[in-house]
Amino acid sequence: MATAAPIRAGWRLKQPSVIPGFGLTLGFTLTYFSLIILIPLIALMLRAAGIGPAGFWAAATDPRVLASLRTSFTTALIAASINVVFGTLIAWVLVRYRFPGRRVFDAIVDLPFALPTAVAGIALTAIYAPSGSIGALFAPLGIRIAYTPIGIVIAMVFIGLPFVVRTVQPILEEVSREIEEASATLGANRFQTITRVILPGLAPAILTGFALAFARAVGEYGSVIFIAGNIPFVSEIAPLLIVIRLEEFNYTGAAVIATVMLSISFLMLLFINLVQAWSRKRYGYGN
Amino acid sequence: MQVSVKNVRKEFDRFPALHDVSLDIVSGELIALLGPSGSGKTTLLRLIAGLEYPTSGAIYFGDEDASHKSVQERNVGFVFQHYALFRHMTILENVSFGLKVRPRETRPAAAEIRRKALELLDLVQLSGLEKRYPNQLSGGQRQRVALARALAIEPRVLLLDEPFGALDAQVRRELRKWLREIHDRTGHTTVFVTHDQEEALELSDRLCVMSQGRIEQVGTPDDVYDRPASPFVFGFIGESSELPATVENGEFWVDGRAIGVAATDQAPGKGKLYFRPHDVDLVEADAALAGVVAGHRRVGGTRRVELSVGGDHRKVELDLPFDHPAGEKTRLAFRPRRWRFFPEAV
Amino acid sequence: MQWLLIAISLAFMGLFLVMPLYAVFHEALRQGVGVFFQSLQSRDAQSAIRLTLLVAAIAVPLNVVFGICAAWAIAKYEFKGKAFLITLIDLPFSVSPVISGLVYVLLFGSGSLLGPWLRANGVEILFAVPGIVLATIFVTFPFVARELIPLMQDQGTGDEEAAISLGANGWQTFFRVTLPNIKWGLLYGVLLCNARAMGEFGAVAVVSGKIRGQTTTMPLQVEMLYNEYNGTAAFALASLLALLALVTLVLKSILEWRFGDELAASGRH
Repeated sequence: MATAAPIRAGWRLKQPSVIPGFGLTLGFTLTYFSLIILIPLIALMLRAAGIGPAGFWAAATDPRVLASLRTSFTTALIAASINVVFGTLIAWVLVRYRFPGRRVFDAIVDLPFALPTAVAGIALTAIYAPSGSIGALFAPLGIRIAYTPIGIVIAMVFIGLPFVVRTVQPILEEVSREIEEASATLGANRFQTITRVILPGLAPAILTGFALAFARAVGEYGSVIFIAGNIPFVSEIAPLLIVIRLEEFNYTGAAVIATVMLSISFLMLLFINLVQAWSRKRYGYGN
Repeated sequence: MQVSVKNVRKEFDRFPALHDVSLDIVSGELIALLGPSGSGKTTLLRLIAGLEYPTSGAIYFGDEDASHKSVQERNVGFVFQHYALFRHMTILENVSFGLKVRPRETRPAAAEIRRKALELLDLVQLSGLEKRYPNQLSGGQRQRVALARALAIEPRVLLLDEPFGALDAQVRRELRKWLREIHDRTGHTTVFVTHDQEEALELSDRLCVMSQGRIEQVGTPDDVYDRPASPFVFGFIGESSELPATVENGEFWVDGRAIGVAATDQAPGKGKLYFRPHDVDLVEADAALAGVVAGHRRVGGTRRVELSVGGDHRKVELDLPFDHPAGEKTRLAFRPRRWRFFPEAV
Repeated sequence: MQWLLIAISLAFMGLFLVMPLYAVFHEALRQGVGVFFQSLQSRDAQSAIRLTLLVAAIAVPLNVVFGICAAWAIAKYEFKGKAFLITLIDLPFSVSPVISGLVYVLLFGSGSLLGPWLRANGVEILFAVPGIVLATIFVTFPFVARELIPLMQDQGTGDEEAAISLGANGWQTFFRVTLPNIKWGLLYGVLLCNARAMGEFGAVAVVSGKIRGQTTTMPLQVEMLYNEYNGTAAFALASLLALLALVTLVLKSILEWRFGDELAASGRH
């Protein structure tokens, strides 16, 4: 009488499956990822670490570096906040109202994903320069938009908008009419329904959208440099300073700024993942 | 609170969902709106709630015309099929919501709101779960929260839209019994929509059977089951069989044969004879309905036999004792003991 | 209230999205159609267009192969560390494009370990086409994979198991069963990947060296023309890229409307 083969207990990488190709596909995935992404990123960090903690600290706290980081982060923060307000409003309008041209506007939301950043950069500059169609409206008032931090914010609003709309939109579609009706039958007026029922339910999605828009804005280069003016200590963004350091052949200085930015980006990524995990666990949704 | 629906008509994009419906709901009763999907029962419920407005007609709460009052002003408790709980609020916050959104003048103090919400959670047997989120509860528990939330605003009428529709059979039976108990304890005038006749018969004081935007019959479960007012009600509620029949000489005739059933109080003419499987007597006589057993299956303690009757093999169903010897192809003769005859519309 | 909100939204989108798009075409045609076509026919413009097409033609297929492999491994099997791998694949999205280029400069540049060896053997990566391709692959890395992973996870393993139980081998199963199931999602991913590959600026700017007529892609050429105050020529070339963006948006919308069910529900990006 044959005995059943003993079931191998303990650690195993993968559950058994009849579908072939695990080794091939996972092997290729990991190899390709390592070659293209991982090894170059590690090389970057080693380069930055190569100058020792003191050297790293000195390079990272150079006044011009700090000023550029401050410019990048404050403008990105302002732009992401503007995007949260208008992105949520646009998502609401696209989900809830029916009006002529809705589908076209829905499609146009993704324009910043599709339009090359350099093209967006020169187009925004053309509009907001003192001689441009909108810049000319503000010039007589003594307000300059292009070539100042305001211009940076405008470019960052442009590239960040779809992140907020596209994160809030699907969650808003899920909020059923029943929820709003339930709120109304309990005596809540329209304003109370929106502020107490709908918006709090959207909060995790809005927070995620904010973080995505912010992360993108901080790293953005192409659409910003044309409109920014790039004056050191005023309107010079951190990615631009990396490029300047490279042009000075100060590779280590570039690597240090990049490492600081990467660390902050990874913290943001971690934050987004935590928000989503928390929201899924507590409310049973998220994305 | 007495609720009167008077000659209400409702159209959606010109498509009538309700035709001239009138219904008086007695204060304190538990009434079921029963019908197949598309019969207008949910529309009627939403009109009473104020979630829709009638195209014509009026809805009275007591003596007051509520037709043009907003849903907020009507002060109704509404329980949705899919619970519609607020997912970002705890159970306690869900139940207190209706009190917290009241204008300052009528809003109870925070401690009072909390006390009341906890009391309601106790009523729906969910004490101890007040800090959970809806996502952490089972379907049956969520629906009980939804009911507690609706009761918190001290509604004038409690309206439930297929409240047990999304639950599995076991939970549904438990909640049914439990809803009846809550109703008997709190005495709210309650209207609930269902497509499940068993639920309606078991739970309600009165039923309102609806079909195609019209009310077919309103009555107690016994009334509706024993004295259906229309062929639709007879067919929709309980098991039934129908045969084309003619009234002649004070007797019923089927397929040109008298069947030995007196047609008391019926005018001569053609129509349809309805009866239920358990309302028949087996007879050994020529003047009777007769057929050949086409199939049989056990239903609880009795045997349900499908009989093929007449030249065109119409199928009717009879209940026989479990140990009756009839098998396939056995010939049986029977007469309906209780029946209803609906003459053909002329 | 409803119309007020619609008006605000449309005004905002008009100001921030539609106006820049309009400005590109307006500036490009400012000096007439003749000048427009003339500037597109210049040798440098032509070479930039060719280089952009070449780079996309290499980078996109490589990322398609990667995307399919990653999605297959992640969707068809249960293994340790899967969630972590999914997060890693999205990593390039949170890296500034400039850094995406910088990493290759540090890896292959003069101060690196590989640099001297490469120079000794005459291999040109930086300031040449291979560097541009690498930087482009980096920034477009997740596009196909993140489209296919949720889609293939939704579809499960039932179809493949059925095919294998009927005697198909792995390749037959992939080409006859899996590929037809994911074709629209794949196309969607390719569309977005291609748009970004052709339009990438920051990463490519860092590695290209901007040698006119040799290592300038279309976006780089736009920048050079713009900085030389040759606005019309810059916008003429930019209008081609804007047209590419519009075509991408139209195709993407068509895919969403026609085959919405066959795209991943969560993949609306």
